[in-house]
Amino acid sequence: MNNTGVEIEETVKELRQYFKTEKTRSVTWRKNQLQAILNLVHENEDAMSKALYQDLGKHPVEAYRDELGGLEKSAQTTLNCVEKWMAPTKSHIPLVFFPAKGEVLPEPLGVVLIFSSWNFPIMLALDPLIGAISAGNVVVIKPSDQAPACSSFLANTLPQYLDTNAVKVIEGSPRVASIVMTSAARNLTPVTLELGGKCPAIFDHLSNPSDFKMAVKRIVGAKWGTCSGQACIGIDYLLVEEKFSSEVIELLKKFIRKFYGENMIESRVLSRIVNKQHFERLCNLLKDPLVAASIVHGGSVDETNLFIEPTILLDPPLDAEIMTEEIFGPLLPVITVNKIQESIGFIKSRPKPLTIYAFTKDDTFKRKIVAETSSGSVVFNDTLVQVMLLLPHLIFML
Amino acid sequence: MVFDGEAAASLVKEMRLSFNSGKTRSYEWRISQVNAFLKMVVEQEDQIIEALRSDLAKPPLETVVYEIGMFKNSCEVILKELKQWMTPEKAKTSITTFPSSAEIVPEPLVLSLDPVVGAIAAGNAVVLKPSEISPASSALLAKLLAEYMDNSCVRVVEGAVDETTALLQQKWDKILYTGNGKVGRIVMAAAAKHLTPVTARRIISGKWGCNNGQACISPDYVITTKDFAPKLVDALKVELENCFGKNPLESVDLSRIVSSNHFARLTKFLDDDKVSGKIVYGGEKDESKLRIAPTLLLDVPRDSLIMTEEIFGPLLPIITVNKLEESFDFINEGTKPLAAYLFTNDNKFKEEFVKNVSAGGLLINDTVLHLVVHSLPFGGVGESGMGAYHGKFSFDAFTHRKAVLYRGFTGDASLRYPPYTDTKQKTMKALVAGDVTGVVRALFGWS
Repeated sequence: MNNTGVEIEETVKELRQYFKTEKTRSVTWRKNQLQAILNLVHENEDAMSKALYQDLGKHPVEAYRDELGGLEKSAQTTLNCVEKWMAPTKSHIPLVFFPAKGEVLPEPLGVVLIFSSWNFPIMLALDPLIGAISAGNVVVIKPSDQAPACSSFLANTLPQYLDTNAVKVIEGSPRVASIVMTSAARNLTPVTLELGGKCPAIFDHLSNPSDFKMAVKRIVGAKWGTCSGQACIGIDYLLVEEKFSSEVIELLKKFIRKFYGENMIESRVLSRIVNKQHFERLCNLLKDPLVAASIVHGGSVDETNLFIEPTILLDPPLDAEIMTEEIFGPLLPVITVNKIQESIGFIKSRPKPLTIYAFTKDDTFKRKIVAETSSGSVVFNDTLVQVMLLLPHLIFML
Repeated sequence: MVFDGEAAASLVKEMRLSFNSGKTRSYEWRISQVNAFLKMVVEQEDQIIEALRSDLAKPPLETVVYEIGMFKNSCEVILKELKQWMTPEKAKTSITTFPSSAEIVPEPLVLSLDPVVGAIAAGNAVVLKPSEISPASSALLAKLLAEYMDNSCVRVVEGAVDETTALLQQKWDKILYTGNGKVGRIVMAAAAKHLTPVTARRIISGKWGCNNGQACISPDYVITTKDFAPKLVDALKVELENCFGKNPLESVDLSRIVSSNHFARLTKFLDDDKVSGKIVYGGEKDESKLRIAPTLLLDVPRDSLIMTEEIFGPLLPIITVNKLEESFDFINEGTKPLAAYLFTNDNKFKEEFVKNVSAGGLLINDTVLHLVVHSLPFGGVGESGMGAYHGKFSFDAFTHRKAVLYRGFTGDASLRYPPYTDTKQKTMKALVAGDVTGVVRALFGWS
């Protein structure tokens, strides 16, 4: 469905009118919609996996782990809790105001607009939808046009399950997106931005070999197992003490071979790069001769299939684009420092990341990291991948 | 010395260095600053009263109660509760991520005195830019904060458009802005069957007792039934005279209009004949002293300027409807207000009001007071604003709730990693469904 400005205005007007009827306020309506989302996810797993594979070459198990499984959990938890969350909370009123009682009453905002991105195109559309509906809002979803199969899936399937008066999907080009964003600023609409950044992983020396192995496994799984590094919470670069760097790199190589095999295109375990534009962007990061010279593993690219091999770089120049821009792809710079504590200063001198990962058993160091750095969140000794699936309570936003 | 872009950049740099030193994070530092504020308002009460009298002809009592009193209260709440607010919250983790523990760590975002003390309680460094329209207060704040507060982390920049622009060109971690720009209008529906003097007085104190109507939470207009309107007007007239006497322009208990620009803006509302013809009380003005008397208007045209713009002054239109239920539509047709007030004894009507009227805050049977209750968030919605503060809500407004997850190395779920097998997928599904037997079956290859 192609949308012009006039059509979109009409759609929003209709939604606003429906919101005014207050149908979306009732707990029954909200629970019905949440149940409908659950049903949608249960009944369409194959279709969604197919769409994800078509758009991103994403393996169905990765799709389930990172998108579909998490959605189920999220919808179920929200269904269980919505009534409690909707209830007013009593406020204690000081005696000087006697007689008085006070409460804080959660109220839906009204007409909500959700933009989802292309790397987790199903989850990033439906998870915020679950939140917006549970709060009693009406919603427009604008899926990313860079994941067209998923976008069509959402446009065709959501109307079959949800109240079409309250939830609409608008497909369209980036031009549509920017029109809407400008209007949000003009209209004083509060915005929640889930962006990204360069998420570092601090890798402290782990003396126990099995801990060391597990840490590297987790890093490899997180870096390349989530949409081939095209994830906001993906590990962007590694910080390691100089004297341990070769050990770490050797083990990284070993697990890359173990998980992704020798022939990655055939193994179909790795997602591909989403489109030509991003493929070229990533190739350009490697064009700088000093950067290319720092490649210690991988580096080969397949333009026809939009594939880039898992690539490790050792100490590329810090002012190269690969170290100043968010990578969002399967390239992993390993930056060496003299003492691991220097990682804190390194991270602080750069923009705040969405997540900081740190592999260490040193409790003092852990406390320093939490206290002295600022980020959306911090994860010790693991990567955030399974959090999406299994820990809905942990706040996940910058 | 001109405060330009360079000066702003240099100020921000200095503040960031101070913030990065970690000093604002400690509980002790935050408490010391809150105590410094308390000391300041107690020792300097006279100076504060004088500055507000100079800027606004604000009656000392109003200053003491609304400005100093409220602020002291905010500080006391913080002193009492800060330790608890600063404690990380444990978050539930699930068995599948065992062993792990998680917490939400309140972390300061770097960056008027109530927001300032809230920001400090949250451990931030703060730059305050007071309004230039009240120059005596602005100068006093600059002087006193320099004297009492830790200057490495708390600073005041005075000035107008140029200085504001220079400041806004810098990168801040949070900006709190209180002011115009569709701050929102206040609406009041009055329905009490038995109008008591108390009700009239509460309306009066909310409207004219706050800077003579120049307050974001003052009632902007009143909606009442055609039947009830005459009673309301009479009661207000009586009480207004009790409060401000027969010559309100001379009353020392009434603040003046802040500037000639605003005086012109307010008199413009009355230029319209269709509006000035509806004055039923008051209307007196004195341009040389920038004073306007409390003014009641009955049923001005709904499309007149006074009904479409925020008044922010001592003019109170009273709009009549046939049935009070019509007031909901009237209110909801406009942009969402900062506050909506309802006077009624009808419990059902109260419920309908709370359910149907969307506003930053609602107050039943009084005005303005919800501002002072620190357990209630104060803020707007839609065009009346975003975000809220007061009490713990201030602390939260200036805080980033950082999620921290601690994991160990005991045990790892291989089902996370390639090779991706059907068994792994089935196990994951069973885990999501909380189906323990399913997990076992999947792991043993029985499903």
